Amino acid sequence: MRRHAYLLAGAVAAVIDAAPSWANAVYVSNERDNTVTVVDSKTMEVTKTIDVGQRPRGITISHDGKHLYVCASDDDTVQIIDTATHQIIGTLPSGPDPELFVLSPDGKTLYVANEDDNLVTVIDVEKKRVITEIPVGVEPEGMGISPDGKTMVNTSETTNMAHFIDTSSHEIVANVLVDSRPRFAEFKPDGSQVWISSEIGGTVSVIDNASKEIVKKITFEIQGLRSEAIQPVGVRITADGKKAYVALGPANRVAVVNTETYEVEKYILVGQRVWQLAFTPDGQNLISTNGLSNDITFIDTKSDEPIKSVTVGALPWGVTVAPN
Amino acid sequence: MTMKSTVPNTLVFFVACFFLLVNAPQPMAQQNPATKPVTEIRIGYLRAYEPQLALSVLDIPPEDEGVAGANVAINDNNTTGRFLGQSFSLDVVRTKREEDVVPVFREMLARGEKYVLTDISAKQLLSIADLARENGVLLFNVGSTDDILREQECRSNVFHTAPTRTMLADGLAQYLVWKQWRTWVLLYGSHEPDRLFADAIRRAAKRFGAKIVEERLYEDTGTARRTDSGVVQVQRQMPVFTQNLPQHDVVIVADESEVFGSYVPFRTWDPRPVAGTAGLIPSSWHPASEQWGGSQIQNRFEKATGRRMLGKDMQAWTAVRILGEAATRTNSNDTAKIEAFIKDENFSLAAFKGQKVSFRRWNWQLRQPVFLGDGRGVISTSPQEGFLHQFSELDTLGVDQPETACKLN
Repeated sequence: MRRHAYLLAGAVAAVIDAAPSWANAVYVSNERDNTVTVVDSKTMEVTKTIDVGQRPRGITISHDGKHLYVCASDDDTVQIIDTATHQIIGTLPSGPDPELFVLSPDGKTLYVANEDDNLVTVIDVEKKRVITEIPVGVEPEGMGISPDGKTMVNTSETTNMAHFIDTSSHEIVANVLVDSRPRFAEFKPDGSQVWISSEIGGTVSVIDNASKEIVKKITFEIQGLRSEAIQPVGVRITADGKKAYVALGPANRVAVVNTETYEVEKYILVGQRVWQLAFTPDGQNLISTNGLSNDITFIDTKSDEPIKSVTVGALPWGVTVAPN
Repeated sequence: MTMKSTVPNTLVFFVACFFLLVNAPQPMAQQNPATKPVTEIRIGYLRAYEPQLALSVLDIPPEDEGVAGANVAINDNNTTGRFLGQSFSLDVVRTKREEDVVPVFREMLARGEKYVLTDISAKQLLSIADLARENGVLLFNVGSTDDILREQECRSNVFHTAPTRTMLADGLAQYLVWKQWRTWVLLYGSHEPDRLFADAIRRAAKRFGAKIVEERLYEDTGTARRTDSGVVQVQRQMPVFTQNLPQHDVVIVADESEVFGSYVPFRTWDPRPVAGTAGLIPSSWHPASEQWGGSQIQNRFEKATGRRMLGKDMQAWTAVRILGEAATRTNSNDTAKIEAFIKDENFSLAAFKGQKVSFRRWNWQLRQPVFLGDGRGVISTSPQEGFLHQFSELDTLGVDQPETACKLN
């Protein structure tokens, strides 16, 4: 009852605030059934299901919103989907077993983690050509890029390092040891820090981008849950840099962290085995993929309350939202 | 017989050629590999190997079982080592089952081995454990499931990445109890390992509230395996062997020696599921496990070896990775530092099992989930939901601290 009232109050507040919220397409990769589900961010309804390659995981969208890129891991390729027609219009030479990637701020370069080959492949998106391959640690996964595009960070899950790569020379400039199974790298919008989640270690390491030193290790504690069940994966930081959201895997919750105090302010209960996160462009909603319950959850970033869960495909993995 | 197998890593080799073998100081953020001296970390692997028989040709252990897992981990460690100036290599020594291993172990000591994986019998392991300690050598038991090595005969310098029989039996029992299949019959073989596994099953039944309503011993009389006449006989023999049993839910088989166990499924008098060393089998790993990033290690393993990864491969991989992790995080090959790191209460490792694995500090047994699988895939993993523990649910598997007979000095 009480929660209802709270939700209602939130909705009223949102209406009064009334920055017109856009309807954006939300794209979710479903690892187990080789599809991408399209969800309308305003109605929160599924509008379309696109058949893609095998084992789709990493997913991102071009800055103009025209092209969707999907890692088809078991096809060893990155597929390009036209967002207007929902047709696959081409592929990028990603190298074997692409899992996650990040697009440069200028949209011209895609950096792909090749999990099976201990490589990061650098791709010229326009020419669809491999620029270079950078050897990194065992099982590269997390990919983050600084807002100025100068520094790319890759995490290797078995080596347990964050590799800082200079994007002009394509050289590794620093390797920072973090806790077990680092999964994700997210820069703060001002580029001062990169946040690295460690799935098995159960922590998030905050690394200063200038000194390459760990300035803080964030831990999580949830009453009634054993520590092994808390497995941080996806990390997103708000545009104003004030709040970080951390998906906690089998803990079925998203943690809200104050980026100034590094305190966890709240745990939001979503679906089962929550992995990746994405904001809507207006920042009003955060969307989580919940792998084992086959759904995504829309979260109101003002109240940090879940709004609605939407069933998508089998084992939803990644999520990206079309720009305005 | 001694053979030295060094996993090639061209880059590391090159770097090793150019720079002195010095212990690098710990940098805050590690710089370009080319500017670093290389520290060499050698790992020994002592194994008793003889070709083994099995009732199904699919179950004959590959010749490189275990060693292949160690080699993949050496490669993994070297990929990481590239960034830190560390190079790992493996020194495999092969002996026989009943042989005295002291002479070959002394040769390993003479070569300066400080870390040795062992896949030998409990008796062989005990014959070198104290000699190892006197020489400051850490042993990693990757092969023996004998509980006694973690209990009465535990040692402060012997770590165990192989699970114990009691861990395996408990993992299986939890699942059967969760399924409400609580009434068991136990068929066990006449060899020592079969009897030990049967003991572990009896203990598990008591712990988790299952009931063994009848036990039957299958004497090994030296019957032919996998021959035409054998199969005909088996089809007549197994139903008779399992006739007139009291009402039961599951048939548990304890036959590590592969004398009759694999013949039991689908041949029992009553139509009942079979578990234990045949049917639903508990193990430290399953060749079809893809969960928790498992497909990554499986792909890597298959690419390197041309076959699927087995339990012993995972046990050896884990031991080499533990050493790699310790060397990486201490940025050292110093035995004292590495031992202290592994023995620290916060030590843990990611091993594709859905949660971190760590050591029981009272007997240096690796606490780890137990996979339950048949010949095709993973059916479940234990600990099962609802089996609670005040410290770690993984400690619901096997002998727990309050019951341990181990006294580490």
